[in-house]
Amino acid sequence: MKRKLLGLLGFATGIFAGSVLYRRSAGRRRERVDVYFGDGSMVSFVDGSSEAETLLPIVRDALDAARR
Amino acid sequence: MDAAQALADLTEISSQIDAAALFDADGIQGSTLADEGAARSLVEAATALLEGAAAFRSGGGDVTQLEASTHEGSVFVVCDGPRRIAATTGPDPTAGLVFYDLKSCLRGAAAEPPKPKRRRRPAEPKSEGTGEGEA
Repeated sequence: MKRKLLGLLGFATGIFAGSVLYRRSAGRRRERVDVYFGDGSMVSFVDGSSEAETLLPIVRDALDAARR
Repeated sequence: MDAAQALADLTEISSQIDAAALFDADGIQGSTLADEGAARSLVEAATALLEGAAAFRSGGGDVTQLEASTHEGSVFVVCDGPRRIAATTGPDPTAGLVFYDLKSCLRGAAAEPPKPKRRRRPAEPKSEGTGEGEA
C-alpha cells in the first residue's frame, strides 16, 4: 500500500515538473519584441500582434545581415 | 577607450554575442562584422526597429533599449544618448547579461582615454646661504 502511494506520488511529481518545464520552454520560444522606454515602462509585442508583424521581419533582416 | 577596443572587449567578455555594431547619428563608429555592408544592414535594421517601436506608443517616448527574440536568434539595441549599440545573439540568450555587457561597451566607448599623469618636477635643492649680511 505504502509502495503504491509512493509510486503515485512520484508519478504526479514527475508530471508536474514536466509540465512546468514544458511551459517554460514553450513560453521562452515564442517570438516577441520587448521595448523599454526612458520613463521606465516596458511593452512586449508578442508574435501574432500587428506590431510584432511589422517589427519581426526587420529583426530577421538584422540576423541575416549579421550572419552574412 | 575607442569603439574598436570597446567592441573587442565586448566579444571577449560575452560569448553569447555573435555580432555587434556601435553607431550614432554620424554613422557606424565600429563593428565586429568584417563585411561593411553587413554592418550597415545591421545598423539600418536596428534604427528601423527603434523608430518602429517608438511609433507604436501613443505619445511617443524615447526607446532606451530593445530585445527582439525569434527562433533563429535575438537582436538587442541599447541607446545611451546619441550613442547606440546593436547586437545579435543565438536563440534564448540571457537577456539581462547581454544588456549589461552592451551598456558596459557603450560606456567604455564613450570614456575618454586616461590622461598621462604629470610627473612632478623634483624640487630644486635650496641654495645654501652665502653668509652675507650675517652679523
